[in-house]
Amino acid sequence: MKKWIAFTLCAILTSTVLTGCGADKYPNGKVYVFNWGEYIDTETLKMFEDETGIEVIYDEYDTNETMYPKIEAGASNYDVICPSDYMIQKLVENDLLAELNWDNLPNAKANIGAQYYEQSQAFDPGNKYSVPYCWGTVGILYNTSMVDEPVTSWSILWDEKYADNILMQDSVRDLFMVGLKMLGYSMNSTNAAELQEAKELLIEQKPLVQAYVIDQVRDKMIGNEAALGVIYSGEAIYTQRENPDLAYAIPEEGTNVWIDSWCVPKNAENKENAEKFIDFMCRGDIALMNFEYITYSTPNEAARALIEDEDIKNSEIAFPDLSQYSNLETFSYLGDEADTLYNELWKEIKSN
Amino acid sequence: MKNLAKRIYIILILIFMYAPIVTLIVLSFNASKSRAKWGGFTLRWYRSLFQNQDILNALWTTLSVALLASLFATFIGTISCIAIQGMKRRNRAILMGITNIPMLNAEIVTGISLMLLFIVLKITPGFFTILLAHITFNIPYVILSIMPRMKQLNPHTYEAALDLGATHLYAFFRVVFPDLLPGILSGFLMAFTMSLDDFIITYFTKGPGIDTLSTKIYTEVKKGIKPEMYALSSIIFIAVLLLLLLVNRTPKENKA
Repeated sequence: MKKWIAFTLCAILTSTVLTGCGADKYPNGKVYVFNWGEYIDTETLKMFEDETGIEVIYDEYDTNETMYPKIEAGASNYDVICPSDYMIQKLVENDLLAELNWDNLPNAKANIGAQYYEQSQAFDPGNKYSVPYCWGTVGILYNTSMVDEPVTSWSILWDEKYADNILMQDSVRDLFMVGLKMLGYSMNSTNAAELQEAKELLIEQKPLVQAYVIDQVRDKMIGNEAALGVIYSGEAIYTQRENPDLAYAIPEEGTNVWIDSWCVPKNAENKENAEKFIDFMCRGDIALMNFEYITYSTPNEAARALIEDEDIKNSEIAFPDLSQYSNLETFSYLGDEADTLYNELWKEIKSN
Repeated sequence: MKNLAKRIYIILILIFMYAPIVTLIVLSFNASKSRAKWGGFTLRWYRSLFQNQDILNALWTTLSVALLASLFATFIGTISCIAIQGMKRRNRAILMGITNIPMLNAEIVTGISLMLLFIVLKITPGFFTILLAHITFNIPYVILSIMPRMKQLNPHTYEAALDLGATHLYAFFRVVFPDLLPGILSGFLMAFTMSLDDFIITYFTKGPGIDTLSTKIYTEVKKGIKPEMYALSSIIFIAVLLLLLLVNRTPKENKA
């Protein structure tokens, strides 16, 4: 008897959950957006809905790698996604992206700086598929109360003075980037000899490293637990706010410039709405709201012009003048064979 | 002396088990967003938690999926156990093997294959697919916790009830069911907790715009977990603790 009561209750519960709200509020259809977690000011989504009458169904992922199988399988037809550079290349190579119609993207054409489109050519030749949304560099975050000398080179991470005070990134490509750049090679190298050299260099550094971590770099640096850490520039602004002793430097040997861009998957059902959404995100005031929320550098020149805080507007961290640095590169997708090689060498470093 | 050692040992174990949770609770009152810095005491995160519709939606989805999935799984698991018990030895062994596979199988395999199945069947992913997936992976756990009870049953009591004129259904609910109840309850609880904290399978079977707490928390990894989540986790922990205290306080009746 009790069971039946429970079941009726369940049935009622399910039906209330399944029947969503009516569509009257949104006469112009829907747009399915798949973005990184915490990578947008949700206020902007509401503004988009109010202005266009398009309902935004918003969803999030945590890494490029978990996003990819969902797009590949086509389980849910997302209309807008926001992959990183090398993942865009992989998506293009596997014919999973739709070409954008630039006539529908006036804000994107006018507001996004030319240098970012140029940088995008590395993974999206001809700028056919992607509109830059956030970007940044990878560099060294250091604590000025522990490091006296100026930080200009990756080689400081091999200085024995800072033994046990160095934090390195715990991901294959980011770690090898440091080794390869230090040796003057491309960070997209697939040359076995070069990679071997980088591996040996990184093994040599290992006794000096306090820990290989990812997001803990942030908290450890804020808590004065380490002197030097390899970090993404977007995090540097936030850590500096929490701990004014911290400073950020881009090493002279060059580094990784990463870009996360809006793309439209091939199987998108609302391509027009998707382009409206992307273009809306490129509007100066909207991009500014997102920049303030995320604190990652925005490629949007109109938004940058609107920033009121002069320190941020001219911040070397948020908006470095890329022409000053040589050997800046963007990760490209190296193929399965090279991936295996990287992973093997990484294992050797970790087990050494 | 021996007592002292015992006590120290137990205290150490408790510290190991609860230090992380205590840290989390303390951090939920930290005014600074970073775990490395104490910015003073605040209730800000609790306040903003209850204003954050996304998190509250995720909480609601999590609880309703867990409750519905474990109820359905318990029902299906219980009747399966009865059927399995009635089988011949060889068939029973084969079927138990089959139900054990999903438990030993890597979750990502289950997740991706369910996703592909839903695509083939053209079911739009959403609340319903998450629910189906959760029922699926919960059933083996329910069977696992009921089956041992089933084996201990004395089959003759059921037959005796039938001899005394009870119908099959009446005999089941009066004779067999009460004996199975502890197994059914623990199966239900197991299923409930399994589906409460599942991430991988949920991630692959969920549709756009719907989140459970675990998928919500995972997506925050890139930018750092929001302190609201600490607040929510603290509330859940305290609620479970109070519930357990209450359950243990009430004197047990032998109603069974």
